[in-house]
Amino acid sequence: MQMKKLFLAVALSAGMMASGSVMAACAFKNEVPLKSLSAGFDAWKAVAAAMSECGNFEGELDQEYKTKQPEAMKANPSLYHIGGVSNSTLVTLMGDNSVRPLDDLVAKYGQHLSPNQLIKIDGKIMAIAMMVNAQHLMYRSDILGELGIEPPTSYAAMLEAAAKIKASGKVDYPIGGTFKTGWNLGEEFINMYMGFGGEFFGEGNAATLNNAAGVKALEMLKAMTEYMDPEYLTSDSTYVQQQFQQGKIAMANLWASRAGAMDDEKESKVVGKVKMAAAPVAMEGGKPATTLWWDGVTIAANIPDDQAEAAFKVAMEGLDEEMVKANNDDAVWLIKGYTPGPAAKGAADSAAAGAPSYPASKAHGMIHTVAGSNLADYLTGKKDAATTLADMEADYTKAAKEAGLIK
Amino acid sequence: MKFKTFVAFVGPSILMMLLFIAAPLVSVFIQSFHHTQPVYETVTREVCTPGFIKQICQEETSSQPVLGADGKPLVETHYVGLQSYRDLLDMDRVWQAIDVGRWSEILTIDFWKALRFTLTFTLLTLPLVLLVGLALAVAINNALKSIRGPIIFITLLPFIITPVIGALSIRWLFIGDGIMTAMLEQWLQQDIAMFAQAWTIELLMYFYRVWHVAPFAFVIFYAGLQTLNQDTLESAIVDGASRWERVRYVLVPHLMPLIIFVALIHLMDCYRVFEEIVGFSSQAHVISLQWLTYDFLTPDDAGNRSIARASASAMLTMIGIVLLLIPLLRRTWRDHKRGGH
Repeated sequence: MQMKKLFLAVALSAGMMASGSVMAACAFKNEVPLKSLSAGFDAWKAVAAAMSECGNFEGELDQEYKTKQPEAMKANPSLYHIGGVSNSTLVTLMGDNSVRPLDDLVAKYGQHLSPNQLIKIDGKIMAIAMMVNAQHLMYRSDILGELGIEPPTSYAAMLEAAAKIKASGKVDYPIGGTFKTGWNLGEEFINMYMGFGGEFFGEGNAATLNNAAGVKALEMLKAMTEYMDPEYLTSDSTYVQQQFQQGKIAMANLWASRAGAMDDEKESKVVGKVKMAAAPVAMEGGKPATTLWWDGVTIAANIPDDQAEAAFKVAMEGLDEEMVKANNDDAVWLIKGYTPGPAAKGAADSAAAGAPSYPASKAHGMIHTVAGSNLADYLTGKKDAATTLADMEADYTKAAKEAGLIK
Repeated sequence: MKFKTFVAFVGPSILMMLLFIAAPLVSVFIQSFHHTQPVYETVTREVCTPGFIKQICQEETSSQPVLGADGKPLVETHYVGLQSYRDLLDMDRVWQAIDVGRWSEILTIDFWKALRFTLTFTLLTLPLVLLVGLALAVAINNALKSIRGPIIFITLLPFIITPVIGALSIRWLFIGDGIMTAMLEQWLQQDIAMFAQAWTIELLMYFYRVWHVAPFAFVIFYAGLQTLNQDTLESAIVDGASRWERVRYVLVPHLMPLIIFVALIHLMDCYRVFEEIVGFSSQAHVISLQWLTYDFLTPDDAGNRSIARASASAMLTMIGIVLLLIPLLRRTWRDHKRGGH
């Protein structure tokens, strides 16, 4: 996603946090040396810092974790005891059989977990979720209010609102979007395609993208780009977040994990002006055109049972009520003790309106990739919609044949 | 030299070359003809993921890797001939595009798009690097002795900067409302988006590469100029040769072996252009062959990567470099046989 790598000496930052804020120490003293690898955004920073309070713990935070985690945890013994995952990266670890079922450990140490946190696959608990994330609508309530525009609930309404905002000249670009070629753009397509009721697969893992829903999804994405910064194909979540903070855009579908940053007085010029709402629907009567993601922890399979037990205990300390209370606005937590603030409204409303969870699987990973790499030619006008969708299917078929998913 | 002594000296480096150059090459070559894949089975199972208040449990049918007795996924490898090369080159579509006369469609296929950029990039920057390098060398060679040291130092700076960092710095100067873009906008009184279309990004890339590599050419040429026979130069002056004629008939022939050396190195380096793509995040508009290989090797969220196509693309990149170098190598070989040096 980002080239930027975030390595953080967690022990150090934990020391700093402990001196700065009131944080109770870990309930027990951990004697087993443990390592974890996870993504590096704020929520993970908080969790890793809480885990390190137990001692003997080294938390590696790396936004590129997904490229090294599969190999590192496939090794025997695994190089990490705790693996931070999201719903899509769990697929890789499960496929390699490098994470262990947690039912026994949950029974022993995880009685306080809410059932919602237990990721069950085929009846077995494979991961403990800690937060959900989704892209949803964020908008400048002051601008929409002055122009007398209701917060849009559909993409058609969002485009109308954008036209009015553009005419008023209140911001540089009415809409912002995470349209960076690659993963970000792929995610936009998947959200929109599902929003139009599209199905990804037919018989035997064959891709079925070249259809009416596909064309509508592409056309809607292109219509949005008319109101965006012309450099949208390089714009990732951080860029959109900054555009908001600097008052350059008025609306965007952005990750819930970025919502807190809008009111960060150190960075934002628009404190209190950005409001959250459910992701707009793509078609009348449809569900919000977004997908629900979760992040959570797994325990490696290739480590001795006693280490796994220690790792699970430490992980539970990282995901406890105290951590959530101290970092309430860093994420939409699933952990007890969380009080949903205004920043969580978008994700909550999207979920309440029936937004589907992201359909993670081996085959779907490939759809995501081919969408991310093929859409740019359509958006810049080099290809028409039908050709683009046909090319996506063809690229998918090549990749799937090479990977053995299609015979 | 005795044969034994010769072997003792050369042996270690030959061993290293076999181990670290030949062996990986052979391995990549073999992989480009094979598909290595897990064995999949179709499984229907219940998957429970967090909702906002209540958990969502769904029946899902998906392909799952089959595990072997040792708990690891079963993997099989089979020979597929030229399939990966066919997938990469997509010749069917190329012929189709030629048939209907829409040449630009060829450039929407990744490989050809990458090849187009890689070649233009290599061939356009080559003369620029040579010219700028030569001009710098001649200019500094004529500068006052007392200030040469500091000038050489400053001229070399761009070459010292790590390529990715250099590319990123230029990107930050121009992206969005970067300092340079803001200045240009004020000067030209219009909205400028350098990263919104291919040609502006390419322009920045050419500029960056010449800025980065010209000091290398300069330092080589400058060293060469120090060995220039002053008598020849002076007799040329006595003969009434103008400044330009001196460069044309004395300097350039003297530096020719070095010019060929710099050209060789530059062609090899440029054909592997990669930092610029990453640094300028230009994937949407411009990609290179090396980046294509990297992209095939990068795992997606679900851990898939295309090793076979990456190997094929790496082999094709190598073949491309060899083809590009042949004219220069032939020239060096001819000079060598004539016993010039």
